Amino acid sequence: MKITFDWLKDHLKTNLKEKNLLEQLTNIGLEVESVESLSGDNELFKVAEIIKTEKHPNADRLKVCDVNIGKKEIKKVVCGAENAKEGLLTIYAPPGAIIPKTKTKLVVAKIRGVTSYGMLCSESELNLSDESDGITELTKEFRKNIGKSYFSKSKSNLIDLSITPNRPDCLGVRGIARDLAASGFGKLVDLGEKKIYSKNRHTLKIKINKERVQGCTAFGSCLITNVKNSESPKWLKDKLISIGQKPISAIVDITNYVMLDINRPLHAYDADKIEKGIIVRNSKSGEEFTALDNKNYKLESGMCVISDNKGVLGLGGIIGGTRSGTEFDTKNILLESAYFEPGSIRNTAKKLNLDTDAKFRFERGIDPLSIEDGLNKAAKLIKEICGGEISKIDIQKIETYKTKKIKFDPNIFEKITGFKISLKEMIKILENLGFEVKKDKKRLELIVPSWRPDISQEVDIVEELVRISGYEKIKYIEPIKQRKKSTLNKYQKLFHFLQRSVASKGYLEAITWSFTDKRYNDYFRDTKKEIKIINPISSELGVLRNSIFSNLILYINKNLDRGFKDLSIFEIGPIFNGSNPGEQNTVICGLSAGKKSRLSWIEKDRNVDVFDVKRDVVQTLVEAGYNSENFFIDNETPNYYHPGKSGRLFLNNKKNKIAAYFGEIHPNILKQIDIKTESLVGFEIFMENLELPKKTLKDLKEKFSFSDYQKSERDFAFIINKEVKAQDLIDTISNVDESLIKNIKVFDVYEGDNIPENQKSIAISVTIQSSEKTLNENDLEKINNLIIKTVEDKTGAKIRS
Amino acid sequence: MSDLKKIKDEFLSKLSGKLDISEINQIKSDLFGKSGLISTQFKKIGTIAESERKKFAFDLNIIKDELQDLINSKTNELKSAEINEKLEKEKIDITLPERSFVRGKIHPVSQTIDEISSIFSEIGFSVEEGPDVENEYNNFTALNTPENHPARDMHDTFYLDEKKQNLLRTHTSPVQIRTMIKNKPPFKIIAPGRTYRSDSDQTHAPMFHQVEGLHIDKDINMGHLKGCLNYFIKEFFEVDKIKMRFRPSHFPFTEPSAEVDIGYEMKDGKIIIGEGNKWLEILGCGMVHPNVLKNVKVDPSKFQGYAFGIGIDRLAMLKYGINDLRAFFDCDYRWLNHFGFDPLDVPTNYRGLSR
Repeated sequence: MKITFDWLKDHLKTNLKEKNLLEQLTNIGLEVESVESLSGDNELFKVAEIIKTEKHPNADRLKVCDVNIGKKEIKKVVCGAENAKEGLLTIYAPPGAIIPKTKTKLVVAKIRGVTSYGMLCSESELNLSDESDGITELTKEFRKNIGKSYFSKSKSNLIDLSITPNRPDCLGVRGIARDLAASGFGKLVDLGEKKIYSKNRHTLKIKINKERVQGCTAFGSCLITNVKNSESPKWLKDKLISIGQKPISAIVDITNYVMLDINRPLHAYDADKIEKGIIVRNSKSGEEFTALDNKNYKLESGMCVISDNKGVLGLGGIIGGTRSGTEFDTKNILLESAYFEPGSIRNTAKKLNLDTDAKFRFERGIDPLSIEDGLNKAAKLIKEICGGEISKIDIQKIETYKTKKIKFDPNIFEKITGFKISLKEMIKILENLGFEVKKDKKRLELIVPSWRPDISQEVDIVEELVRISGYEKIKYIEPIKQRKKSTLNKYQKLFHFLQRSVASKGYLEAITWSFTDKRYNDYFRDTKKEIKIINPISSELGVLRNSIFSNLILYINKNLDRGFKDLSIFEIGPIFNGSNPGEQNTVICGLSAGKKSRLSWIEKDRNVDVFDVKRDVVQTLVEAGYNSENFFIDNETPNYYHPGKSGRLFLNNKKNKIAAYFGEIHPNILKQIDIKTESLVGFEIFMENLELPKKTLKDLKEKFSFSDYQKSERDFAFIINKEVKAQDLIDTISNVDESLIKNIKVFDVYEGDNIPENQKSIAISVTIQSSEKTLNENDLEKINNLIIKTVEDKTGAKIRS
Repeated sequence: MSDLKKIKDEFLSKLSGKLDISEINQIKSDLFGKSGLISTQFKKIGTIAESERKKFAFDLNIIKDELQDLINSKTNELKSAEINEKLEKEKIDITLPERSFVRGKIHPVSQTIDEISSIFSEIGFSVEEGPDVENEYNNFTALNTPENHPARDMHDTFYLDEKKQNLLRTHTSPVQIRTMIKNKPPFKIIAPGRTYRSDSDQTHAPMFHQVEGLHIDKDINMGHLKGCLNYFIKEFFEVDKIKMRFRPSHFPFTEPSAEVDIGYEMKDGKIIIGEGNKWLEILGCGMVHPNVLKNVKVDPSKFQGYAFGIGIDRLAMLKYGINDLRAFFDCDYRWLNHFGFDPLDVPTNYRGLSR
């Protein structure tokens, strides 16, 4: 909502300065977004006429325009706007002017070899509107202003307020003035608006159809006959320009002015173009009309339309149609002032994807009792400026406004805000805001003003009172440092632990979108269901991620493109399995590319490999408190891993929940993504599948016991079928005698010369120690033989001699 | 001259010269070997007359010790010279680089979440979470934002189905609903997490982070809200004083509602929090709307309290001088390295938020 202090002064008597105003507005909840100067330099912007255009010799899209800037001065201006054509009246900015939107200062510049003296401005560049397509087009009435400044010399700044959606009343200058007055910033001016007194009949029949759901509950109107529509008088034009609106014609300007002044949207029809009468009804499916934005709209059934016998004239409270629009030659006007239900307005506007000033206001709730005031104010102005005769006002209603009453217990105020104000003060504030207040024993009986749809219960009254008294009166109550419940639960603690544990292994933590590119997602989707976003911001972010890999691989690639070669990144966050709440899992996903020890003078470099990520996964889980002796690992992994160089990890051999995957990313994916690195390995740890530690840290510390008896190491080399897993061998050995076998290490794996085909040699070192005695040669020999025999029997291995 | 004196003089002179280890060993064996000169003298002790025996033995021992010490020190000298010589050859260029190491980092948003949790932990809040995908009811309706409420326009929502039943949560406030439905009052929670809105430009990302706060009890009023946030902001920015401004605003789920600004100034292109005359909006808050409490079956005549929502990314930007929101999610290795935190820098109550 844009206002100026000058305009506010139409409604507010105050001696205070603009600086105080800005502070006060913010203090009462009408946040000042920005303050812009429309004076000073803006006088440089002149009304001008294009008298000739030529194609730019060096650029297809540019034109060289001869521009008449008044006083017989012609300037050459290079312009890229499509609508720049001979005869167009527009706004010219000379070198030295500062463009309001970009705050850049214009200079004489060569554009593709042609010197341009200044610029022709679009409405958006002048902050007049969001219209940035082409340069401003002024009506022919501006012809006599060529050479004159477009902006008036108003010294009042343009104040842009951010009005919260609960305050439609403050979408009019008067509403803002009322709030300011209630807060002690001046006095609300009584406008003393007189009612129209007319003997002229309203000759157009108006009817609100009975519908199951009727979006229009009241339709007020009057006819104004024999008007002469014209350009608005200077005061009105200046007023609109001062808040960045573009004057169009007196009738349109007046309806806009009344809307901005008292938040009462109106609509003016060319009465001669209405066939017989007005019918307010629901649209039929497929009905069409051309709206004032020159677009054709095809309606669904059930939209609230204003129609005549011929068809739709406009969408009530949203936008009028071209068929009945007023023009400069309009003679007779039907002026509409109606009430439309916010819900109905919203539904229709949403379905048609339409946003207008009227819609914005009606969907927030217009004062239902402002119908007559609006007609009075606008009709009188039209008569004043355009002449004509005003008819009697006609108001059709299908519902009567019921006043809202609230019983307010003044004690609630302190209970909620923590501070006190006197009853007298409360009454004063509420009355100034437009409430009718009656004292009823210990309570206040309040009648809510009709322009406040947001107020319906006691707590709303508290807000009004504290807002106007000032939030600075609320005391600071120091919080008590006391904890009754632990801050994090076990799962959250594990989350933080794993996050920092993975980071400590050299991975940089990334946070990427929860959505991703469908193409990338498909690489890592495995058997999961694709979850589409209905309205993504771009097609590259069109699905929820089924795996974190899709994003990480994309960003690894970007970083490789930046020239990095050896990268490790990880993310901990959600992946999605379905589109319902809760169908998501938390995953820690890491990705490592390139080499270890690249360009090292001391170490030989090597590619990162599956055993690097295996270590990261195992170490992380061990650090988190899981016993690696129980881990069970096999090679069943999703199709995005290298089928031969990847693994699946369970916390124990019950194998019910997959704790992690790790391995090389499938070479096909690397090829398709065109990722250039020596090696790419990754892992995924599934948080929900990790059993939460039941024990506390102190319980985890079992009784400390160790053996002082001598330990012995024995090495074995087995020739074994290639398919047999090292883990099976280790398990077999450890099961031989768990009390004596303390440690088992694989220290060599060999295939090739001297080893039969399809076989491999595995060398294992076994640490044997008793907790009861020092083992003698005999004991050791016994366990040795038992190990060999068991391994040979159970796995088909042969000891190498 | 006695034999002893002769031996002594002869060998002292031999040992004073430059000798290698084999020459020393030779001297050692000449003196102390089985038939060495000193050994021989010792054997003689028995044959010497009783009267002179004591003196002879005494002198012999002195000479023995003297020569032995000299031999030992000569040997040590040589050994250490030998080691020194070896060390001289082993000298390396210590300025060559160490073996390579890699350093991981924690993302500034994660670090900030931990900082926030640590601060609120101290005043008794616990951490709750909720899913990223929410239903329309929890995200809007239960929060007193029914369909067709214009406030829904302020949330550009990503939807997952045509009926708009499932969506990506637009704020962390649905965690309030989930928490209150699941448990009984009092409630004192924070809920950090990912939130989503379908706008994207220089200052908006389609995904960002919020932390929700909720404190409901019998007599929690706006003063508690103000005190809590004042405490939080001071602790978070690690400053003693903070300039804070509460101003009225509107959120459908709180009444009265406020937005909170903090004072700042720019010094050498950096934001200094807590000083200066400029205001920066950092959060929205208010007293939980009675309609919300009713929706979660909490009696608003018995329980009341406050809620707040803070943009985490924005807090991190302010505290750590990060200019571009979108860089948080861009995964640029250089950026992550620069703004990331060492995983050992865990914010805790006792050691504080930072070093």
